[in-house]
Amino acid sequence: MSNSTTAPEPIIELRNVTRRFDDNGFIAVNDFNLTVERGEFVTFLGPSGCGKTTTLRMIAGFDRPTSGQILLGGKDISKLPPNKRPVNTVFQRYALFTHMNIYDNIAFGLKLKKMDRKEIDKKVKHVLEMVDLEGFEERSVATLSGGQQQRIAIARALVNEPEILLLDEPLGALDLKMRKEMQIELKAMHDRLGITFIYVTHDQEEALTMSDKIVVMNGGQIQQIGKPEDIYNEPTNAFVADFIGESNIFKGIMTGVRKVRFCGGEFECMDDVPEGTQIDAVVRPEDVIITEPSKGTVKGVVTGVVFKGIHYEITVESGKYEMVIQSTKAPGVGEEIGMCLEPDGIHIMIAEDHTTRFDADVNEDYSLEYNGKPIDADITKIVKGSALKEGVLRDSSGETIRPDNLKIHVSIEPTDIEMTDDTEKGLTSGEIINLIYKGDHYSYVVRTANGHDLIVDDEYLWNLGDMVGLIMPSDKMNFTLAK
Amino acid sequence: MRKNSIAAPLVILIVLLLIYAPILILAFYSFTDASSIGESVHFSFANYVTLFTTPELAEMIRGTLFLALGVAVISTILGTLGAMGSFYSKPGTLAAYRITNQIPVINADVVTGFSICILLVVVFGINKDTFFPLVAGQTVICAPFVYLSVYPKLGQMDPAIYEAALDLGASPAVAVRKVVIPQIMPGIISGFVMAVTLSLDDYFVATYTKPAAFDTISTYVVNATRGSQTQIKTALWALSTVIFLIVLVICICMNRNNSAKENRKVRKMRRIDT
Amino acid sequence: MKGMFQRKYLGIPYALYLLVFVVLPLVVIVTYAFTDSDGKPGIGNFLNFFTDPNTLGTLVYSLVIASVTTMVCLAIAYPTAYFLAMSSIRSKGAIIMLMIMPMWINFTLRITALKELLTMIEGNLARYPFMNSVIGMTYDFLPFMILPIYNQISRIDKSLIEAASDLGADRAQAFLRVLLPLSMPGVISGISMVFLPAMTNYVVLDMLYNSTYIMGSLIGSYFSAYDWHGGSTISLILLIMICLFTLFAGNDDEGTVRGGSIL
Repeated sequence: MSNSTTAPEPIIELRNVTRRFDDNGFIAVNDFNLTVERGEFVTFLGPSGCGKTTTLRMIAGFDRPTSGQILLGGKDISKLPPNKRPVNTVFQRYALFTHMNIYDNIAFGLKLKKMDRKEIDKKVKHVLEMVDLEGFEERSVATLSGGQQQRIAIARALVNEPEILLLDEPLGALDLKMRKEMQIELKAMHDRLGITFIYVTHDQEEALTMSDKIVVMNGGQIQQIGKPEDIYNEPTNAFVADFIGESNIFKGIMTGVRKVRFCGGEFECMDDVPEGTQIDAVVRPEDVIITEPSKGTVKGVVTGVVFKGIHYEITVESGKYEMVIQSTKAPGVGEEIGMCLEPDGIHIMIAEDHTTRFDADVNEDYSLEYNGKPIDADITKIVKGSALKEGVLRDSSGETIRPDNLKIHVSIEPTDIEMTDDTEKGLTSGEIINLIYKGDHYSYVVRTANGHDLIVDDEYLWNLGDMVGLIMPSDKMNFTLAK
Repeated sequence: MRKNSIAAPLVILIVLLLIYAPILILAFYSFTDASSIGESVHFSFANYVTLFTTPELAEMIRGTLFLALGVAVISTILGTLGAMGSFYSKPGTLAAYRITNQIPVINADVVTGFSICILLVVVFGINKDTFFPLVAGQTVICAPFVYLSVYPKLGQMDPAIYEAALDLGASPAVAVRKVVIPQIMPGIISGFVMAVTLSLDDYFVATYTKPAAFDTISTYVVNATRGSQTQIKTALWALSTVIFLIVLVICICMNRNNSAKENRKVRKMRRIDT
Repeated sequence: MKGMFQRKYLGIPYALYLLVFVVLPLVVIVTYAFTDSDGKPGIGNFLNFFTDPNTLGTLVYSLVIASVTTMVCLAIAYPTAYFLAMSSIRSKGAIIMLMIMPMWINFTLRITALKELLTMIEGNLARYPFMNSVIGMTYDFLPFMILPIYNQISRIDKSLIEAASDLGADRAQAFLRVLLPLSMPGVISGISMVFLPAMTNYVVLDMLYNSTYIMGSLIGSYFSAYDWHGGSTISLILLIMICLFTLFAGNDDEGTVRGGSIL
C-alpha cells in the first residue's frame, strides 16, 4: 500500500452525528462517531436500512445531520452545500447525464470551475485512460453497458481530484463476474491514487476484499469498526458475527477460567471472561473438527450434506442444537460423528440485554393499556401495599393515587414474546427485519410501525419481511413502578 | 434543505386560483338572481329551478348523457378488441394499428368532425337525423383513447397467464374471456371513463354531424352564448356548478383511494431507502 | 391451430372501423381538396388560399395567436410543474388532480364562466380580441401544458441533480445544465398539445366575442356555406401542419394526458 508509509492524519471526522427524519421521527443514523484517515479505504457495511447510505449522503452534503458535526481536515462542513465540498460521489445507479455525451459528462465539474478548454481535454483523456475507455468521448450514455457506465461514473468523479471519493453501492447493478473484476480494479485504483475512499455496501465479501477499515452498521448504529480480519475473527456481537461470513452462534455460560459451556458440551476458549457470565459463542463452520463419535466433545447425527465446490456443508443435529460445518470430507447422512473445537476456534461475546421495555398507559379505571390494547394486570400488585376501593386507588397510608400520576415500566424477555400471523392480535405488530439462528432457536429483530426494534426468540422459522403480531402474555411481564 | 419553500406553494396557489376563480365566482352567482356577474344580488334558487324544470334543458342534458354512454360503450368494445387484436399481431400490423389509431388523437377535432361529415353526409348521403354520423364521429375521437388505455395493460400482463389457461384446458376464446379480459379490466374501465368525458366535452364533431333538432351541452351552450335569453344563460351557470360539484365529489373519492395506496407505498419505500 | 380462433382476429372490427371512419375520411378530404366544385382535379383551391390576403392573413394571425398562447402557457406551467414536482409536500397527487379537474367540466361551460368574469372586468370583450383570445385559450389549455411537464420532471432521477451539485454546480447551474434539458421532452409535448388546438379551437374565441380569425374558423365558415372543397383544403393544410409538427416534436404523452392521465 502506497499510503502505509505516511503518518496517519485524519481527513474526515464524524462526531455524534444523528439523522432523524422529521416526518416520521425515524432515526436513520444514531450517534455516529468515526475518524477516517487520509488515504484509507473505509467501507460502511450493513443490511439495507441500516443508515449507511444516509451517513454517506451526509458526508456528500445531500443530507444534513440533525445533530453532530462533520469535520473535513478539522473544519466543520456540516452546513456546506454539496457543491462547496471537495468530495465527489459515485452514485448507486451512476446518475450519468443522459442528455450529454461522455466527454460532457466527465467535463461537467471542470467546466463549472471555468477551467481552460485544453486543460479539460487533457484531463478527460487522462481519466478515460485510467478507466480503460480511451476514445469514448463522443459516445452517448445510452450506448454503454452497465460496466462501462460504472467506469464513466468513476471517471466523472475522479477527474475533479476530490479529497475523498464516496461510492454508494457502486457495483450493485453489475453481474457477479463484472463485480469481481471491478472490485480488484477499484482497489488498485485506490492504492495508485492515494485518495481516501468511503464505500457503502451490503455485500460482506466485497467489504472484506477491498477495505482497510470496515464500519459495520445496523439499525442506525455502529456495531463494530475494525480491520477486515478483526471483524471476521473477533466480532463484538451476534449481529456482526452473523452478518460477516457464516457462523454458528450459541447461547452459553462461562464455567471457569477460559472454560465455556454451550451446545451441550464444555470447551476451552481463549477469552478470559468471568465465570457465570451469560455469553454468545461464535463458531465458524470451517473451525469445527469432525472426529470419531467417542473422541468428540459433543456428538451429533448428520442430517444433511451439500456439496459446495471447495468444501461440503454439513448439518449436524446434536440434542436440540444444530451445527453447520464446512469440511473437505463428507460423512454420510444419518452417521453419528463427534465434534471438537480448538480454543482459537471459539469466539466469546458477552450476551446483550434483549429485554423489551415500554411504558404502559394507565386508564381512568386503573386498567393498563398499550397501543390501545388492554394489558391484563392487577394494579394493586404493582403498586405495593395499595388497595382499589370504589374505583379509587389508595396507597398503604390511604393517600389517593391519581391514574395520571402513575408511570409503569413494563419489561418482557425475548423468549416470552410470541409471534403470530395475525397482526391485529397481540400488543403490537411489526416487520421481521433480521434473524439470526442461535443453535436451538432463532432470534428475530421485529421493527414496529413507529420504528422500535424488538428482539423475539422463537424456535420456528419465519421469513424476513413477514409482518407479525407480537403477543406478550401479561403473566410473563415484569412491571415496575417509575418514581 | 430547499430554500424556495415559500415560492413553491405560492406559485401553485396562484395558478390554482386562476384556474378556479371563474368557476367558483360563477358558482356563487348561480345561487343569486343576478343576470351578470358583479351585480348586487339576492340569494335565489331560480336558476336551479329553471335548470331542472325547463323541458328543453332537461332533454338536452339527457340527450348528452345518453349519447356519451352509448358512444363510450361502443368505443370501449371497439378499442378493447383493437388493443387485444393488435397486441397479438405481427409487428407490421401492430404498427399500422398504432399509426392509424394515433391519427384522431393528434388531429384537430375540427378536422376530424369536418371530414367525418363530408364522408358520411356528403359522400354517402346518410341523413344526420339518424344519429349515425354523430355516434360514428364521436366514436372516432373516443375509441383511440380506449385503445391507448388498454394496450399497456396487455403489456404488463404476464403472457404465461393465457398459456396457463390453455394448458388447464380452456379454449382460446374462453381463455380470453375468463383470463385476459379480467386482467386488463382496469385499463378497460379507465378507457370507458375517458370515452365518457371526451364525448361530454366534444363540440366540433357534434356540431358537424348532429341532427338539427338535437343539442349536446356543448352545442347548446355555444348557441346560448350567442342568443340573448338571460334566463337560459343563468340556468347554464347552475348547470356548470352542478357538473363542477359532481366532478369534485368523484375526484375526492378517487384521491382518497389513491392516497391510501400511496401512503402504504411511501412508507414501504422509506424503509428501504434509509 | 389453423382456421381456429386466434387472438389477433379480435382486432378485425376495430381495424375495419379505423379504415372506414379514420382513413377513408382522409382520402375524401384529399380528393375534395384537389378538385373544384365541378369535380375537376387541380390545385386551384390551394392557389386561392395562398393568394387571398384574407385567408393568408388568417393563417398568419392564427400562428401568432397560437405562438403567444403557447408561450404564456409555458411561462405559467413550467414554474408550476417544477415547484410541484420538486417540492416535498405529500399531497402532490391531490394538487395535480385539482389542476386537471377542470378538464372534466365541459369546456364551453368553463369558457362561459371565464367570459362572465372577463366581461365584469373589461366590459366589451371585443375591444381587446387578441388579448382575450390568448386569455381564453390559455385558460382552456393550461392543464395540457402543466401535466406533461410535471410528469417529465417527476420522472427525472433526483440523483442527477445531486450528481450535478456534487460536481460543483450551484442551484442555478444544476437547473440550467441538467434539469432544464432533461425536462425538454415534457415541454415539447406540452407545446404540441397547446399550439395545435390554439390554431383550431375557434369556439373559445367565438364564445368570448362572437367573431374569430383563426384557421379552425375558416372550416366553420366553409361548412356553413356548404363549400366542401374549400373546407377540405383548409383541413388538408392543417393536417399537413399537424403531421410536420408531430414529426418534429413527437408526442407520446398526448394519449395519456388528453384522456386524463390521473385515471
